[in-house]
Amino acid sequence: MSADKIMASRRAFLGAMATGGAAAALPMAGPAEAQQVSTNASIVILGAGAAGAALANRLSERLDGATITIIDPRQEHFYQPGYTLIAAGLKPASYSVSTTAEWLPSGVRWIAEGAANIDPETQVVTTDGGETVDYDYLILATGLELHYEGIAGMSRDLIGQNGIGSVYAGPEEAAATWREMDRFTETGGRALFTRPATEMKCAGAPLKYTFLTDHYLREKGTRGRSEVIYAAHSSSLFSVPIVHEKVRMLYDDRGFDTVYNHVMTAIDPGAKVATFDTPDGPVEIDFDFTNVIPPMRAPAVIRESGLAWEDRWVGQGWAEVDPYSLRHRRYPNVFAAGDVAGVPKGKTAASAKWQVPVVEDQLVAQIAGDTTDHTYNGYTSCPLITRVGRAMLVEFDYNNTLTPSFPGIIAPLEELWVSWLIKEVALKPTYYAMVRGRA
Amino acid sequence: MENPSFGMFIAVFEEMFGPVLFWLMVAVAAVVTVLYLYVLIRDRAVSWRKFLLAQLSMPVGAVAAVVFLWWVTSSGLGDVGGPIDVITLLGVAVLGAVGMAILVYTAQSLVRGQMDDDG
Repeated sequence: MSADKIMASRRAFLGAMATGGAAAALPMAGPAEAQQVSTNASIVILGAGAAGAALANRLSERLDGATITIIDPRQEHFYQPGYTLIAAGLKPASYSVSTTAEWLPSGVRWIAEGAANIDPETQVVTTDGGETVDYDYLILATGLELHYEGIAGMSRDLIGQNGIGSVYAGPEEAAATWREMDRFTETGGRALFTRPATEMKCAGAPLKYTFLTDHYLREKGTRGRSEVIYAAHSSSLFSVPIVHEKVRMLYDDRGFDTVYNHVMTAIDPGAKVATFDTPDGPVEIDFDFTNVIPPMRAPAVIRESGLAWEDRWVGQGWAEVDPYSLRHRRYPNVFAAGDVAGVPKGKTAASAKWQVPVVEDQLVAQIAGDTTDHTYNGYTSCPLITRVGRAMLVEFDYNNTLTPSFPGIIAPLEELWVSWLIKEVALKPTYYAMVRGRA
Repeated sequence: MENPSFGMFIAVFEEMFGPVLFWLMVAVAAVVTVLYLYVLIRDRAVSWRKFLLAQLSMPVGAVAAVVFLWWVTSSGLGDVGGPIDVITLLGVAVLGAVGMAILVYTAQSLVRGQMDDDG
C-alpha cells in the first residue's frame, strides 16, 4: 500500500468516525490556516452564495490589509442541496433559508446591490444602484440564472399549479413542488421528468426526484396505475458513463419509461402537455405531474461582460476560466468559483467547496508574487437519492473517474442507508462550516 | 490542505447542533464520565449488582439509539442496503448500549450510595 493510500484510508476512517461520513459528500478541504500575506489590494467578490461567502471568509483570514468588497443584493442565503429534501416533504421550506449577513466576516464590506456592469479593462464593477467599485482582483461567484422563459409557456409563477413543480427555483417553490407531488401520488397518473440541454446545477437532482416520486407512488399504493417517464436530453442519463449504466439499471428495475434525446421546448399548463425537441422532430407528451427544469445560463452581467466563453457553451455565458486554476484565461486578475465558472463539471456545493481553496491559494500566491500548484480536478459529489432512506454517494472528477471519499467502505454505486444518512444529517453542517471558511 | 483537522470536525458538529447544544452535549457526556469515574474511585470496587442492572439496560440503550437515528433521518430497517449500513447501525447500537450502561450504573451509585447493595 502506498503512502498516499494509507493517508487516504486513514482520512476516510477519521472522516467516517468523526462526522458520521460528513466529509464524503462535501469533503474536507482544509481551513485557511496558512501564513497571512500583507497587501493593500482591492478584491471584489461578485456573489455572496456558497462560493462567494466562503471566499470572503477565507481571504479575510489570509490577507492582511486587503480591501474586500462583496456585492450581492440578496438578503437570504439558500442552502440549495436541501431543496430535494423539501420537495420530498421531509423538511420545511425554512430548512434551506438563512441570512447572507450571518455568513459574512466583519472585515468585509457588503454592498447589498446587484452588479450591473463589469469592465475588465478598466477593472471597475458598477452596481445596479450606480456605485462604481474599482478592483485589483475580481472573483466571479454570482451563481447562475434559471431561464424559465427558455421553455415556451413556462414561468416561475406556474410552479405549484396544474401538476407543475420545479425543485430548483427556491425553498418556497420546492415546498410547492412537494404539495403538487403529494397530491399527484395520492391518485397516480403520468409523471414526466426532464432535464435541460444546458449545463446545469447538480445533474443528479432530476434523477433523484424521479426516484422520490416513484417512492411515494409505491408507498401510497398508486404505482400500479401510474406511468413514470424520464426524458433525457441526450443519449445518456448521466455524464459519467459508469453512473449512467447504474442509473439505467435502477430505472429498469423501477419500471420507468426512459426516452432519450428529448429536450423540453414548450409546456401548455392548461392542457398539461409538454413539447420536446427530438431528432425526429417535435414530440408531445402529456403529464399529470412534472418537475420542470429550466435551461440554465450565467447571469446577464457575466454574459455581457466580455469575460464569458464565446466558443464553448454558446449562449450560456459561463466565465472563461482555466479548469484547473480557475483563473480567467484572458484576464489573470479575474477568477471564478461555483456555478458561474465555465468548467466542464462542477455546479454543486461539493464542487464549490473544492474550488474555493484553489481560488484562495491561486489568488494569494499571485498577490505574494508567487505561484502554487494547488488546482481543481473537477471533483463533484452527488448523493444520488434512490428512495426515501437510501442514496448512492457518487463522486467523480473531470475524467469521469469515480473518486470515492471512503474507498472500500462506502461503495459509490450501491444504494445505501449510510449514504442517505450523510445527506440527511451531515451535509448541511458541513456546508455551513465550508461557507464560514472552516472546512 | 485536504487532510481534515480536528478543528474542522468541531466546526461541523457546531453547525450540526448549534454551538450551545453541541458543547452542552459534550459537557453532559464529560460530567457523566467524570461521575462514573468518581463512583468507581469512591467505592473502590465495581458493584456487580449495579452492573447487572446496567447490563440489562444495554439492549434498551442500543435499540433507543438506532430508533432515534432512524426517526431523525426518516428511514428504517428496510433501508439497510449493504454491509456498511449494518456495521454503522451496530456501531450506533454499541454506543447507545455503552452510554446507557454507564449512565445507569452511575445513576444507581449516586442515588443508592456505596453501602446498600453488595452483600
